[in-house]
Amino acid sequence: MFDLDKWQEIFSTINKNRMRTFLTGFSVAWGIFMLIILLGSGKGLQNGIDSHFRQDAVNQIQFGSGTTSMTYKGLKSGREIKFTNEDYDFLRKSVKGIDKLSGRNYMWQNRVISYGKEYGVFDLISSHPDYIEIENATIKEGRFLNMIDIQKKRKVVVIGEPIQTALFKNGKKTVGEYIKINNISFQVVGVFSEKNERDARRAYLPISTAQMISGGANRVHNFAITSNVSAAESEELEKTLRSGFAKRHNFDVEDKNAMWMWNTLKEYKKFQNLFLGIQIFVSIIGAFTIIAGIVGVSNIMIIVVNERTKEIGIRKAIGATPYSVVGMILLEAVLITSLAGYIGLVCGVGLLSLISSVLPQNDFFLNPEVDFTVALVSTGVLILAGSLAGLMPALRASRIRPVVALRDE
Amino acid sequence: MITLKNLHKSYITGANSLHVLKGISLEIEKGEMVSVMGASGSGKSTLLNVLGILDNYDLGEYYLNGMLIRNINETKAAQLRNRTIGFVFQSFNLISFKNALENVALPLYYQGVTRRKRNQIAMEYLDRVGLKDWWTHLPSELSGGQKQRIAIARSLIGKPKVILADEPTGALDSVTSMEVMDLLQEINDEGITIIIVTHEHDIALRTQRSIKLKDGLIEDIIYHNATYKAVSSF
Repeated sequence: MFDLDKWQEIFSTINKNRMRTFLTGFSVAWGIFMLIILLGSGKGLQNGIDSHFRQDAVNQIQFGSGTTSMTYKGLKSGREIKFTNEDYDFLRKSVKGIDKLSGRNYMWQNRVISYGKEYGVFDLISSHPDYIEIENATIKEGRFLNMIDIQKKRKVVVIGEPIQTALFKNGKKTVGEYIKINNISFQVVGVFSEKNERDARRAYLPISTAQMISGGANRVHNFAITSNVSAAESEELEKTLRSGFAKRHNFDVEDKNAMWMWNTLKEYKKFQNLFLGIQIFVSIIGAFTIIAGIVGVSNIMIIVVNERTKEIGIRKAIGATPYSVVGMILLEAVLITSLAGYIGLVCGVGLLSLISSVLPQNDFFLNPEVDFTVALVSTGVLILAGSLAGLMPALRASRIRPVVALRDE
Repeated sequence: MITLKNLHKSYITGANSLHVLKGISLEIEKGEMVSVMGASGSGKSTLLNVLGILDNYDLGEYYLNGMLIRNINETKAAQLRNRTIGFVFQSFNLISFKNALENVALPLYYQGVTRRKRNQIAMEYLDRVGLKDWWTHLPSELSGGQKQRIAIARSLIGKPKVILADEPTGALDSVTSMEVMDLLQEINDEGITIIIVTHEHDIALRTQRSIKLKDGLIEDIIYHNATYKAVSSF
């Protein structure tokens, strides 16, 4: 039903009433613009927190042995389960989805570590070379433990920055020096730094050396792994690990006491709840923004139609049918709101991409973007609302008797 | 052309009912030029609105061009107005954002005439009222007399049978008034029926007869034929 003449009439009306057109268009464009900015900002906030979380805690699973609380295949409960170096080999060779892997033996907490006359109280932990990456620590000087340290059971140690500050005053050379732990000399091969202050006050020994010194034979207290798998796959990996160890150490798969497990992905899920919260918040504000936009557009449409009462009266007197009056007002409303809505959409998306390109890397705000479907739907809703808002007064105007409209004031 | 039989019209405002037309019977022949006079509140504007199918009536009969006008819907009324009636108003009622040509051409838009065709026809009518060179001007850039001539051109473009003029000279000075009346006279000479509502005596004198209304009834009908000729020679 494309009537060129009708459109020409509407275009000429729009063209000759620029202020009115601008005001209507501006209210629509502004509504859409604000909505896009809002939705984009919400998304940016979510992206920021998401990336912040991923930086700090990689997808990590820790697990260790405990004591059985269930009988299993004739074995009574209360048995102590002990993980060993063989379990390390098993994990390395047979379990898929593991990225970094380290065993861990807690040696001594609050041990005196000394160098010459200087001493301090720190924690000792023994691990495999991958552990530095699991902890997300960085080497400041020298190196971290390596496989040769493990194989040769070397008496080497990697210390945290606070230990270096405490023992090696005035920037003394650290790497290569010998420090005493429990009266045993260890050579410092590296210094690491780490954001988490408590984890920084640690000294790492090769796990094999620790096993030898503590007489723990081949025992490993617990394991820490990272994996780059999805949430669902991580759940699966947890099950694989549990069933694998249950089989190897003869305990019931359901026995949570025999093997404890801590999955950072579950922590991540808590964050997902936070995201959900943000989304709901943004949606509510978005809905109110749309409502505010609808009210604004409706108001202007009503004013516009009232302003045109006389014009409508004239048109009716010279032969405009009610249908043609309603059609004229509606088409004009739809045209203006669609065009303005599109402009608002483009401006909003443009500003968002400008922000994301100009804004420096930031933990709290990253890649603001907007779901295009949501943007289109809300633009559509506003256009529809604008048209409906125009329809009511247009219908009223079409029913006005020309006599009333043309009455001389 | 126009036949009214015992026409009644009341306005209901809240609880009050105002009986404006109290039984008007009237016959207006094709090609007549008639004035309707009366004090304000006598019902002359209401009568004109009913005649122009801008308003409905309560009782009686109204035949326009042999067709009974009663309870017709808005769309039909709009079509009838478009094709049989031309309006001229005291305050011109031109559309302010349209130029002279577009204002004149507008009735043809509602007849579905193409833009090019209707602008061409509108130009002819503008030429006829002597305003061809003013076609690009907006109503705000024209004098009262020019605006009224534009309005007359607009009322003519739909080739109406009847022109209804509501105080067409009410907003004009006496010289311009006479020019407008000359124009209306010319149109009438072509056989178009003209009904003019006025309270000015010298305007009424230029019509063939005056219908005097008082309190919703026809008080008197005065024939001016002889008088008119005398005035024009004067």
